[in-house]
Amino acid sequence: MLADYWVLLISAILVNNFVLVQFLGLCPFMGVSNKLEAAMGMAMATTFVLTLASAGSNLTYHYLLLPLGLGYLKTISFILVIAVVVQFTEMAVRKTNPMLYRVLGIYLPLITVNCAVLGLALLNISKDHSFLQSLIFGLGGGAGFSLVLVLFAAMRERLAVADVPTPFRGAALGMVTAGLISLAFMGFAGLV
Amino acid sequence: MIDLLAKYPLLSALFTLAGLAGVSGALLAYAAKKFRTEGNPVADEINNLLPQTQCGQCGYPGCRPYAQAIANGDAINKCPPGGAAGIQALAALLGVEPIPLDAEHGEEQKAPMVAFIREAECIGCTKCILACPVDAILGAAKQMHTVIANLCTGCDLCVEPCPVDCIDMISQEESVQTWRWQLPDPVSRRIDVIATDSVRSAVSQDRAA
Repeated sequence: MLADYWVLLISAILVNNFVLVQFLGLCPFMGVSNKLEAAMGMAMATTFVLTLASAGSNLTYHYLLLPLGLGYLKTISFILVIAVVVQFTEMAVRKTNPMLYRVLGIYLPLITVNCAVLGLALLNISKDHSFLQSLIFGLGGGAGFSLVLVLFAAMRERLAVADVPTPFRGAALGMVTAGLISLAFMGFAGLV
Repeated sequence: MIDLLAKYPLLSALFTLAGLAGVSGALLAYAAKKFRTEGNPVADEINNLLPQTQCGQCGYPGCRPYAQAIANGDAINKCPPGGAAGIQALAALLGVEPIPLDAEHGEEQKAPMVAFIREAECIGCTKCILACPVDAILGAAKQMHTVIANLCTGCDLCVEPCPVDCIDMISQEESVQTWRWQLPDPVSRRIDVIATDSVRSAVSQDRAA
C-alpha cells in the first residue's frame, strides 16, 4: 500500500513530469525562470497551490458534485476552487514575504490559469484517485514542477552570461534548453 | 425542496455553484482580514537603501516618496547621491538588472559635498533655511546664517534660492570622523562566473563599507 503511494509520487515527479513530459504549465516555466530566487519562490507557491487545489477539488467532486449528480460541473467548480486557493496564497505571500510578492508580480495570480493546476485536478478524476492519492499526486506534481523550474532557472542564469550567437539569445535558447531537458526527462519513461 | 431540485437539474446546478462560490467568498473574506498588511513594506525596505539626503533630485519631494514610487514601478536610477552603489543595492533588493544613473537627474559626486555660507556676505534673508530639507542651516531673520556641517547632506538645494549667492558647495575635508578604509574592488579582481556574482559582490561591498 505504501509502495503504491511511493510509486505515485515518483511517477508524478519524474516519469509524468507535468512540465517536461505532459507540457502543462509552460507559461511560468518560461516566464519566471530568469532568476533563481524568483524561480524558487514560484516553485514553492505553485507546489502549495497544486497540493491544496488537488485535495480541494477531489473533495468537491466526491462529496458535492457526485452525490448531486452534477459531474458535468467539474471543470467550472475546479476553477472556482483553484481561484480561491491562489487568492489565499497571494494574500499569504504578500503578508509573509513582500519582496517575493513583488518579484513574482503578475505570475502569482496567473497560477489560477496555470494549466498544470486544472490538468492535475481533472487527471485526479479521470484516474479515479482517492483523497490521499490526490494529495500525493498534487504534492508530486508540485515537486516535479519545482525540480525542473529550479534546474532550468539555474541553467538560464549561466546562459545569460554565455557568449551565445545573436539569433539564439534569450527566449530562443531558453526554448532549445527546455527541449533538451525534456528529452532527458523522457528517459525516465518505463521507470515505474 | 429536494423534490424540486430533483425535478429541475438546472436549479440544483445553480444552487450548488452559488453555494460553493458563497463559501469560497466567505473563506477569502476571512483570509483577507487575517492577512491584512499595514502600509507598504516594500517601500520601507527601499527607503532604507536610499541615502536620505532628501535632495529631491529624483523629482520627488524626498527619499520616502521616491521609495514609494520605486515600489510602484518607477526607475531605480534617479538618485545621484546614492550613485552606482545605491543602484546596485536597489537592483539586488528588487531582483532586476542594475542600470546606469540617469544623467537627467544629476551626476554622482565622488567626494561628499557640504554647503558653506560666506558669512560676511549673508544678509539674513532665511530663504536657504526654508529650502533646506534636513534643517541643517541655523540662523534668524536679519541675522547671519551658518550650516551645521555634519547635518548637511550636500544636496545643494540652498544654493539656488540665495539672493546674494553667498553659499558655496565645498567638498568635505577628510577628517578623523569621515575617513574610511579604502576597500579593494572585488569586481575588478575576480572573473565573474555567473550573472549574479557582480550584484552580490556589490552588495557585500556596500555592507562592508
